[in-house]
Amino acid sequence: MPKSALTGSRIREHRLMRGLKQADLARQIGISASYLNLIEHNRRRIGGKTLLALSEVLGIDPSTLSQGAERAVVTQLQDAAASDVDTLVELDQIDDLVARFPGWAAKITAQHRRLRALEQTVGGLNDRLTHDPVLSEKMHEVLSTVSAIRSTASILVATPDLGTEWQARFYSNIDTESRRLADSSASMAAHLDVLSRKDTGRATPLEAVFAAFDARGHHLVELEEGGDPHALATQLPEIDSAEARALALQYFRTYSADALAMPLDAFEAAAHELNFDPAALAGRFSVPLEAALRRLASLPRGATIPDIGLVSCDAAGALLVRKSPSGLALPWFGAGCPLWPLYAALNAPGVPIRRLIEGEDGARFTAMALAHPSGPLRFDRPPVYHAIMLLVAQDDQQDDPAIPVGSSCRICARSDCDARREPTVLTQA
Amino acid sequence: MSKTVLLVEDEPNIIEAISFLLERDGWTVRIHSQGGDAVEAVARVAPDVVVLDVMLPGRSGFDILRDLRSEATTKELPILMLTARGQTKDRELAESYGVSHFMTKPFSNEEMLGKVRELYAASVDKS
Repeated sequence: MPKSALTGSRIREHRLMRGLKQADLARQIGISASYLNLIEHNRRRIGGKTLLALSEVLGIDPSTLSQGAERAVVTQLQDAAASDVDTLVELDQIDDLVARFPGWAAKITAQHRRLRALEQTVGGLNDRLTHDPVLSEKMHEVLSTVSAIRSTASILVATPDLGTEWQARFYSNIDTESRRLADSSASMAAHLDVLSRKDTGRATPLEAVFAAFDARGHHLVELEEGGDPHALATQLPEIDSAEARALALQYFRTYSADALAMPLDAFEAAAHELNFDPAALAGRFSVPLEAALRRLASLPRGATIPDIGLVSCDAAGALLVRKSPSGLALPWFGAGCPLWPLYAALNAPGVPIRRLIEGEDGARFTAMALAHPSGPLRFDRPPVYHAIMLLVAQDDQQDDPAIPVGSSCRICARSDCDARREPTVLTQA
Repeated sequence: MSKTVLLVEDEPNIIEAISFLLERDGWTVRIHSQGGDAVEAVARVAPDVVVLDVMLPGRSGFDILRDLRSEATTKELPILMLTARGQTKDRELAESYGVSHFMTKPFSNEEMLGKVRELYAASVDKS
């Protein structure tokens, strides 16, 4: 049976396999037939009690129905399709690809990410060749030395009446310059070797930090237990360059400070008590709101902890933190959806913003965003702001109006969007 | 009386090679190895042609070129720039400042000599 990667489609397939009518299944789990219809057509997010009830009635494990990792793969495949608009692919069959050939889907997404990373590496190396002052200086030295050798050697060859004194002088000059050339060539090769060793498949130090956090579900056990951020930055395999270590250290120090101010057990208990309200938690622990938002996203996944995503950006919109919740894949490359409250927060620094948003698949989230100073405030310099947005998945039946958002324009099929900055490729292919 | 070339260059062995070539070709060669006071050196020597390196201690050849072109006495002076920085943007910068010719290292002796002669001849024709 070809399975769809989307939860609603899977529910529909399993219901039909069992010969159940939509109305009967809806009645058995206590929801309306129209709502089940929306779920089956992936127009409403499904989770929590409803998912459990459905899986029980259908006699299958809830994980068989739930989306999440598959959704992220679908988004990455869409991104892969968007990166090469000249090659038409069957976009409407991505779900089938993911469901029927998960290994191939994973392979394509891995290769796509590798390709994008290499493209960025090439761009970075190009930048270095153009702007790296060390490389520029070494190149200048090599060319100057070659120039001296060439001119001098030409004189020796082209001047038969050259006196012995001049000959000796020019031979000596060539000897001197050839030694210098050997040294400067070796120095340049060493510099290029350092550059090439930085190619680990991750384009930037930030990508390495993202990989380290993703690999641990954004919960760093070592730091929860009072570990040294510096030691951790040197231990993690994803942190594979000096630049990445320096960047990771900043992130890990912030994590440690949050863990110290909001110890895990106490924070988790308070989160349940205060219904995961970041403002209330910030008040309880006397920390800035952005710290409480970060801390909520670092809670370990568990049965009693909701699916929480986190994204942050600088004032230019560049993503600094990226933790995707199930049902809303955050872009791997480039900027996100301009409609995210994350960006609205930048327009009103210091003002917390809470909005209900809905992803393309109907998954809904409470988005809580805030722009806050990212460093010390000074009288003689303009403040530098970062924005942070917590995404908390909302349970099933919610008919409140939500802001329709996407991942990023290129792989968002929403039509009639005022915020669109470039055409989607999903409707072109 | 021979014509004078002012060679503004800081690499000793390039200075020696170019000086040898130009002198064998009948030029009087004056050397200046600092960028900081190169404009003053040009005013002092009053050369017929300047061979100017780009990367010099104290000041870049681009800045020196720009200053020379802003002076009435050196506005038309033949200036041959030699550089290991052969990127398009460097060439465009030099041309925007009014360089007579832009030559990248490593160059052939014949090419360099020929260009010095050519620039001088063109300046004589113009005057």
